[in-house]
Amino acid sequence: MIPIDFEYHRPKAITDAIKIYQALTADNKDTVYYGGGTELISRSRLNEITPQAIIDLKNIPECNTFKREAGQIVIGSTVSLTAIADTPLFPLLSNVVRSIAFRTARNKITIGGNLAGDTFYREAILPLLLSDSKVVLAGGKGIRQVEIHEIVGKGMKLAKDEFIVQILINEKYTKYPYFNHKTTKQSKVNYPIVSLASIKVDDRIRIAFSGVCPFPFRLREIEDIMNNSAESPGERARKVIDLLPSAILNDMHASREYREFVLKQSLCKLLEHVERRVS
Amino acid sequence: MENIETGQLIKLTVNEQSKEIYVRNSETLLHTLREKLGLMGVKPGCYNGDCGSCTVLIDGIPINACHILSVEAVGYQIMTIEGLKDQTIPEEFIKNWAIQCGYCTPGFILNSYALVQNNPDADDAAIDEWLESNICRCTGYQEIKESVKNILNVKR
Repeated sequence: MIPIDFEYHRPKAITDAIKIYQALTADNKDTVYYGGGTELISRSRLNEITPQAIIDLKNIPECNTFKREAGQIVIGSTVSLTAIADTPLFPLLSNVVRSIAFRTARNKITIGGNLAGDTFYREAILPLLLSDSKVVLAGGKGIRQVEIHEIVGKGMKLAKDEFIVQILINEKYTKYPYFNHKTTKQSKVNYPIVSLASIKVDDRIRIAFSGVCPFPFRLREIEDIMNNSAESPGERARKVIDLLPSAILNDMHASREYREFVLKQSLCKLLEHVERRVS
Repeated sequence: MENIETGQLIKLTVNEQSKEIYVRNSETLLHTLREKLGLMGVKPGCYNGDCGSCTVLIDGIPINACHILSVEAVGYQIMTIEGLKDQTIPEEFIKNWAIQCGYCTPGFILNSYALVQNNPDADDAAIDEWLESNICRCTGYQEIKESVKNILNVKR
């Protein structure tokens, strides 16, 4: 039982969603955009968040798109993780999202929700970082297209009145060799201790991480180290630890020391896979 | 602005019947189905989308009823265990003793039904992927999986 009440709006057009948001916030109502809603329902049930109004984006056609078009894969923000897992237009993305939660949950979780929600693992973002994807946003400033790197930091850098409409992936990235590996504490279904995804573009490895730090990331400096084949996998993995963008997570899922151990093992596994494939 | 109330009169299609009902916007489908429509086969467990005991089918897709607002379900076909006419799966569960306390059974049966309907060629990995959405506290997983495999084999 959710112990609060809120208004519910379900616009059929992007412009309507923006207008509704502006009217509600002008009325001082704490308003949030709503995709799959699993996080909102869980957190409002616990009184951790108390929105006064929600705007459900699932009836907006642009948010429901999932297609290959003009050399791009176009994924609407309200497309479910199951749909993405079962339709491998971008096989790495399908693999990564298949490891998020479990199937029935994935039937409800949307890719937009995974990217823009408060749960910081955001594993669906890893293939998008690797493929230099673009994101279509809508809000008070209208509709704009940005590089995914512009809106990904320690959190998602979206304006309060903005929502993700679509993700655009250059189709060429869906054809490169890829690798992904996720380690959880015990059961198969859990948050990652370490989740990494990688593609090899023009003989250069790209890597993105989740679960290591309290935000997902991809760093050129780490990729430089990982691409230095003059050094052993173990030596490269050791050097990566020194370049991480924050302290390694230390929580109930894994201690900092264990996470570091798993990260090194995962990096070695990745290098063995990629370099064996090449040789 | 339209729809400024925190509740509304909605029409839900549940087990092929149209039901007009007043709900709070923040009301989950689990609450509406059990407390307002008396469908007690929708079992509350974790209330957090983790256990699968409240699984219902929305247009044939398994969804945790605790993780969907009733207002979101407008316009879709909702099926609870009470609406399952095909008794093949329940009978197979009984035959294989894929039930112990029975609390998780409606969720498992609906999920299995959706699996058989949507993926009749499911291999072992696919069956595992579907069934990992539901928790059986009595740990009857092997018998449940055997039941699903038997049904799929008969249909092939």
